[in-house]
Amino acid sequence: MCHQTVGLTARHLEANGIPTVILGSARDILDEIAVPRFAFTDLPLGNPVGPADDPAQQRDILTSTLRFAEAAPLPQSSVVLPVVWSGTPDWRETYMSLDDPEALRAAGDARRASQQARKQ
Amino acid sequence: MTKAHRTFVSYIDKSRDFYAAQGYDAPYRWATASTAPFTPLSKPLSERRVGVITTSSLSSDSALEPYVAPSLPAPDAMATDHLSWHKGATHTNDVGSFLPLDHLNALADDGVIGSLAPRFAGIPTVYSQRRTTKWAEHIRAWFAEDDVDLALLVPL
Repeated sequence: MCHQTVGLTARHLEANGIPTVILGSARDILDEIAVPRFAFTDLPLGNPVGPADDPAQQRDILTSTLRFAEAAPLPQSSVVLPVVWSGTPDWRETYMSLDDPEALRAAGDARRASQQARKQ
Repeated sequence: MTKAHRTFVSYIDKSRDFYAAQGYDAPYRWATASTAPFTPLSKPLSERRVGVITTSSLSSDSALEPYVAPSLPAPDAMATDHLSWHKGATHTNDVGSFLPLDHLNALADDGVIGSLAPRFAGIPTVYSQRRTTKWAEHIRAWFAEDDVDLALLVPL
């Protein structure tokens, strides 16, 4: 939901005269919204600027993002930035995993019960 | 090299399947558009004032309203537990990895950008697209006060 939030915000700012660039890691959500300028880092959600505890890479990614923003010729311009990820290699599979359907169903039931209790 | 599936994660697909598995039958309707507004950058980066927008919060108690806060000194911690990010694969103890105020300040010192705006902004993440756009207007007004002429948006 973070990416939709900034996508809508970028569109509002841009329509009112403030240029924008988004640096994020969920490209499908931003592709659907259609945003002015988007630099993509293919990293686990949480560290769009670069892997945690790697300030040199973060600064390189940030500089590339700003240079891209300066050069982007048209709306919906995007760039895939090179990243070096040295953490767990299966991060794409483990996010929102469906491996334990019974636990997921139980979590959903608990959440609905909690929401229902708050309404009463 | 070849493969039978795309490399990049589709978060729209993942979250739909995840919440369906939790028993939510009606999938969320994501915002969509076919064209984007565009304001060209009319002056070079080295003369621009950059304002940052984050989806993180100053504290877990203040996660429900948009806010502005001084860019410097950069906060040494931000509240992120309420947001959806990959808590099993990484962490958010390194603020520079998602709120790059110190990095931007260094880039200003090096002349890459003109300056870092005196305040950064935060916007809560909610399902309501109407509320989000209403809050975006608060941020537009704050950034106009600060003469921001490039907004950098950094979602977790």
